[in-house]
Amino acid sequence: MELADIGKTFRRLDYETKVTGTAQYLADMNVPGMCHGKILRSPYPHARIKSIDTFKAVKVTGVVAVLTRDDIVHDEGIEPYYGPVFKDQTIVAVEKVRHVGDPVAAVAALTIDAAEEALRLIEIEYEELPAVLDVHESLKPGAKLVHDAIKVPMSGFADLAELKPIDGTNICTHFKLNRGDIDKGFAEADHIFEDTFTLPATQHCFLETHACIASVDPGGRITVWATTQNPFVVRTQLANIFKVPVSKVRVIVPYLGGGYGGKVYPKVEPITVALAKKARRPVRIVLSREEVFYTITKHAAVIRMKTGVKNDGTLVARECEIHLDTGAYAEIGPRVAKKSGYTAAGPYRIANLKIDSYSVYTNKPPAGAFRGFGVSQSAWAVESQMDIIAAALKMDPLELRKKNGYDEGDKFVTEETLRSIGFKQCLDEVARSIAWNDKSFNGSTVHGSIGSNLRRGKGLACMIKATITPSISCAVVKLNEDASLSIYTGTVEMGQGSETVLAQIAGKELGIPLQTIQVLGVDTDVVPYDLTTSSSRSTFHMGKAVQLGAQDIMHQLKQIVVKEYGVPQDKIRFAEGKILLPETALDYAEVMFKRFGMQGGTLVGEGQVKTSTKDEFGEKTTSAFWFVAAGAAEVEVDVDTGKFKLIRYATAVDVGKALNPLGCRQQLAGAAITGIGQAMFEEIAYDNGQLINPNLVDYVLPSLGDMPPVIDPICVEVPDRNGPFGAKGIGESALIPVAPAIANAIYDAVGVRIKDLPIKAEKIYLGLQQRKS
Amino acid sequence: MMDGIKLDPASQPVKAPAMKKTISLIVNGFQRSVEVEARTTLLDMVREQFGLTGAKLGCDIQVCGACTLLVDGKPVSACSVLAVDADGCEILTVEGLSAKGKFHPLQEAFMEFGALQCGYCTSGFILTAKALLEEYPRPSEQQIRDYLAGNFCRCGCYQEIMQAVKNVAGS
Repeated sequence: MELADIGKTFRRLDYETKVTGTAQYLADMNVPGMCHGKILRSPYPHARIKSIDTFKAVKVTGVVAVLTRDDIVHDEGIEPYYGPVFKDQTIVAVEKVRHVGDPVAAVAALTIDAAEEALRLIEIEYEELPAVLDVHESLKPGAKLVHDAIKVPMSGFADLAELKPIDGTNICTHFKLNRGDIDKGFAEADHIFEDTFTLPATQHCFLETHACIASVDPGGRITVWATTQNPFVVRTQLANIFKVPVSKVRVIVPYLGGGYGGKVYPKVEPITVALAKKARRPVRIVLSREEVFYTITKHAAVIRMKTGVKNDGTLVARECEIHLDTGAYAEIGPRVAKKSGYTAAGPYRIANLKIDSYSVYTNKPPAGAFRGFGVSQSAWAVESQMDIIAAALKMDPLELRKKNGYDEGDKFVTEETLRSIGFKQCLDEVARSIAWNDKSFNGSTVHGSIGSNLRRGKGLACMIKATITPSISCAVVKLNEDASLSIYTGTVEMGQGSETVLAQIAGKELGIPLQTIQVLGVDTDVVPYDLTTSSSRSTFHMGKAVQLGAQDIMHQLKQIVVKEYGVPQDKIRFAEGKILLPETALDYAEVMFKRFGMQGGTLVGEGQVKTSTKDEFGEKTTSAFWFVAAGAAEVEVDVDTGKFKLIRYATAVDVGKALNPLGCRQQLAGAAITGIGQAMFEEIAYDNGQLINPNLVDYVLPSLGDMPPVIDPICVEVPDRNGPFGAKGIGESALIPVAPAIANAIYDAVGVRIKDLPIKAEKIYLGLQQRKS
Repeated sequence: MMDGIKLDPASQPVKAPAMKKTISLIVNGFQRSVEVEARTTLLDMVREQFGLTGAKLGCDIQVCGACTLLVDGKPVSACSVLAVDADGCEILTVEGLSAKGKFHPLQEAFMEFGALQCGYCTSGFILTAKALLEEYPRPSEQQIRDYLAGNFCRCGCYQEIMQAVKNVAGS
């Protein structure tokens, strides 16, 4: 058997079950005695609930329990309010509903039909209230408040402690970043650019909808099977809601059918547990596609950006105001807004900054984490404006970026030193991939195209992003008696290939074949703590923890050899799964046998990674490592209709070290494709607070038919000193530059600047008409 | 309405007894007969009555392709087809592809080229690709794109899927 290695593509460990249809996802699972749950949702964006009558619903044959506000406010064992940052959300609506689709009641029944019939028979009297439907309305003086009062913030996140809702307004949080002297900065500028960019709410559209099975035993012990990216956060939140210690909450996570940020923090779990508690039976809820759109979205944003630039292209000042529409509940919006603020300067040295980033309540479904986490919003503005500046100064957009872009050792906006920054390499790689310097086609008829109405253009964009810091990942690695290995971690396999990479890391350390390694599924009763599978953090954090765990086992093996074989420590070496002594070589299994005296026993290795806000030199650090990336697009635009095609897209990400090269390319190309969807099609459409496209016909996803002939994923490798074998996280980076790169390419082709996403043919057409007149 | 019985308009509606029908079909090569309700979808039947859960419910309206099954060799969105309409048909699910303990060449190629991440769309893609290759043994790039454009991969493995299908087609 081939030994595990890094820097080499291995067949993924999750593939055989996935290609044969035997991999289990939540909706494939049943537990004995389970009944089916369905949720009744608000038809109004904002209304007071005057009365709820469940009399007829409870009489439907097969109905086991009907859950309403009475069950959560009168149960001493339930804290009705929850939320990862502020406690502003309830399991079901208590006094008011705050968005279309807000849960109002839930039914558990023996059949789905009975549950649905009971939902129809619940009678609710609403008093409709005026609603605020966008950030502009929401921020007007005297606007109707989404929340009359916000419950005291929870103490969960150290980095959000300074952020609080502003009383008497709809401002959920206001993050401020000031650097240098903004007035002096603008005074020094030769040119000032001011633009407003917008982008709409979008949805993750993982093909697997949110789902949960919950069971509450008479002693109060809660078991949930959940489609979650952060089982330990869900465990904490459920423990708080149901007032039990975390040891009484068990969260089990099967394979996820995609996450992309939409499955972090509690979603359908609290309501499923409350329903199971009332039903005294296990309950399964599987959300419909429409319900997913009511559960979580990506923040729509309005970004006003004013930038001062010298004649030579040096950026000297930036004032930026970001308004993120966080919907009716804070969810993780405050941190999204903070990250947008931190990256409003982009990957550039700008000495004078005044950045204000707000998360704002509206009567719309809550917005939360989405792959790119606030940076895809800020980068849309930053990178579009870079090309506006380049055009005005008649500079090459690539040169303008390199002139201002971060180098190794530069200070980030937080005044911390940036290390391991392969930023300019990424820019150079994508420029090379799309032949940036070849402008022979520019603005003229495309060579070889059929009509004279087509114009080609090229565009670039780039980004810098942080990972959640501080954070914790713990791993347990068990060496079994036959020298096979079992890895226990809280990292959720949601498609990113974590099982395989973790096995590669442990296997490389121990010198054993991948086939002898099992990465166990997530069960919070079994695996040690991990904060979350998000923020592109698992390879770096959990990979390191697993590496330390494997090294711990090697240390233990060494001690056994010293003791049992009498060989001094400095004479013991490891190679290819063997322990080399001066005279002989020992197998791990042999050493295990020697230690335990029979075929049996286990060696348990442990690894802990804890990042903090200070690095090993005592310097401030807001990110355990930095992600940098660039993207480049080539487009072909029809000047008669505004229709455009993506001809080629290149994405380069500094991955640190590509542990599994095919896996890295999958992440890069996959994230880029999600970016293509957001750039070209995706948009949740509202009419008076009603979602008019919560389905996959009217909400358009990119398909194979929309793909450019070439997407070129490029791994740049600038190793990080703390990552396992130098690796960094890569899950989000490639998504972020896509939209501005395409917008910049369209400008290059036809001189039309699109400032609001998605980039649609009609917007280009209107721009072309304006240019003509 | 019978005399003497007052119908309260708000009373609980009485559920009509479910219409059931026995159908026979071939599932993954085996002749089967099964009783289904008239309104049961083909997807619910294979998942719940046959325990074949490889096909997934994604959109529920026939656009995402995650529920694709082959019915008499043609790809069908099983979420939007009634089980009774498959009476007398031959059904192939992803579980039936490797029934003899060997991976189908498409399964092999999907693994080799990395044509999946989360795996939720995989069963639908592999079955659609199988139908494609039966219809067009040597498909052009455009034919592959067109044929598979009705399946979504939200993880974005489209390039890898193209490579895998091309590899099996030998094109």
